[in-house]
Amino acid sequence: MSIYPYCVAAWLMLAGAYGIVRSRNMVHAVVCLSVCQSGTYVLLLAVGYQHGATAPVFGSTTTPNRNVVDPVVQAMTLTDIVVSATVTALLLALAIQVNKRQRTVDPNELVALKG
Amino acid sequence: MSERGRLAVYLPAALALAALLVLAFLRMPAFGGTVHLYRDLAVPAAVRHVTANVVSAVNFDQRALDTLGEESILLGSVVGVAALLRPAQRESERRPPRTGRTLESTGLLGYLLLPVTLIVGFDVVAHGQLTPGGGFQGGVVLATGIHLLYLAGSYRALERLRPVEVFDAGEALGAGMFTVLGLIGVLAGTAFLQNFLPMGSFGALFSAGTVPVLNALVGVEVACGAVVLLTHFFTEDLTVSVAEQDDGSHQGSEKE
Amino acid sequence: MTVLIAVALTLVAAIGAVVVGTHSPERQAVVLSMFGMALTVLFVTVQAPDVALSQLGVGAALVPLMVMLAIRRIRRDQRGDERRPGKDEE
Repeated sequence: MSIYPYCVAAWLMLAGAYGIVRSRNMVHAVVCLSVCQSGTYVLLLAVGYQHGATAPVFGSTTTPNRNVVDPVVQAMTLTDIVVSATVTALLLALAIQVNKRQRTVDPNELVALKG
Repeated sequence: MSERGRLAVYLPAALALAALLVLAFLRMPAFGGTVHLYRDLAVPAAVRHVTANVVSAVNFDQRALDTLGEESILLGSVVGVAALLRPAQRESERRPPRTGRTLESTGLLGYLLLPVTLIVGFDVVAHGQLTPGGGFQGGVVLATGIHLLYLAGSYRALERLRPVEVFDAGEALGAGMFTVLGLIGVLAGTAFLQNFLPMGSFGALFSAGTVPVLNALVGVEVACGAVVLLTHFFTEDLTVSVAEQDDGSHQGSEKE
Repeated sequence: MTVLIAVALTLVAAIGAVVVGTHSPERQAVVLSMFGMALTVLFVTVQAPDVALSQLGVGAALVPLMVMLAIRRIRRDQRGDERRPGKDEE
C-alpha cells in the first residue's frame, strides 16, 4: 500500500501516453492527454496525504491544528485541474479547425504532419 | 512515422520510464506518512491571516502570484479558442434545435434545477475562505448551471440569458481587477498581492483580508471564461460550413 | 479508510485504462465523465474536498461536454463532405 498510489499515478500517465501513440483520432488523443494529466493529480494528492488526518478546513468548532493533510499540494492540484481544462479546450478547438481545413482528424492522414 | 514505428519508440521508453519511476517511488516517503514540511508552514500562515479554509489561503494569499499566472493561462486559452473558432464569413447559422425534441420532464427538471444550481454556485464562491470551494469551483458550477437551459431544450432562452459580450468583458474584468488589487497593495505600502486588508474574526464571512475579494474575482473570471468557452463550442455545433467544402478542396490543391 | 482509498485508486486506474482503450469518441466522452467521477470519489477519500468539487465540475461535466460538442461538429463536417451539398443550401 505504501507506494500503490504513486504507481497508479505513473500508470495513468503511461496509459495516457500509450493512447496518444496509438490514437487515430485527434479528439481521442486530446482525451488521452487529459488522462495523462490526471496522473499528476493523483501523485500530488498522494504525496500530501497523512493517515488519520482531516481535510485542511477549520470550522468554528474545530480549532486549528496541524493534524491535517497537506494543503499546498491540494492548491497545486486545483491549479492543475483548471489548466488541464483550458488546455483541453484549446486543443479541441485546434482539432475542429484542422478538420475544417483538412477534412480529417486522423493524424496518420494529415499531410502537414509528415516530414 | 508509421504506427508500428511509434509503438517501437514508445514501448522501450515506457518500460524504462516505469522502471525509473518505481525506483524513485521506493525511496519516496511512504504514502500516508506524518512528515509534511509545507503543511507545517502553510497551516500557521493561514491561521495568522484568519483563513479557515487553508487551501484558499494558499491559493489567494500565500501563492496569489501563481494564481494570477493561472488566471492568465485561462484568459489566454479563452482568447485562443475564440480566435480558432471564429465563425468564417461563409458559415451560415443553423436553426436552433426545436424544443419539441426534449422530453417535457427533462425540460421541467432543467428549469427547476437552474435556480438551485445558480444559488449553489454563488454560495460556493462566497464561502470560499470558510468551507471547501471557492472561485474556481463555484465559477465552473455557475457556468455549467446556465447551460442547463440547453438541456431544458430552450436554446433561445439560453441565448437571451447569455450575452457573450457581457461575459467577455466580465472575464477581462476579473483578470484585470486581480492585478489592480495587487497593485493597490503596493500603493498601500506592502508587496504585490500581499494581504493588506483587515483580517476580521475567525470563521466570519468577511475574514481573511483580501482572500474573499480575490476569490470572488477568480469566481467571476472562471464563470465568465467557462461560459465563453462553452458558447464557442455550442456555436460551432449550431453552424454549418456549407461553402467551406469547396474552399477545402481548393486549399488542398494550392498546397501541392 | 485505507481500504476505501485502495478501492478508489483501483477504480481510477481501471476506468483510466478504459478511457484510453475506448476508440469511439462519442463513447469516450461518456467514459471520460465516469473517470472524472471516479477521481472525485478518490479525492474525497484522501481528504481533499476542494479538489473534489473542482474535479466534479471540470472533469465530470465541463470537459466531457466540450469533447461531445467538438465530436458532433467534426462528425457533421465529415458527413457533409460525403454528401457534397449543393450551393443552394448556403
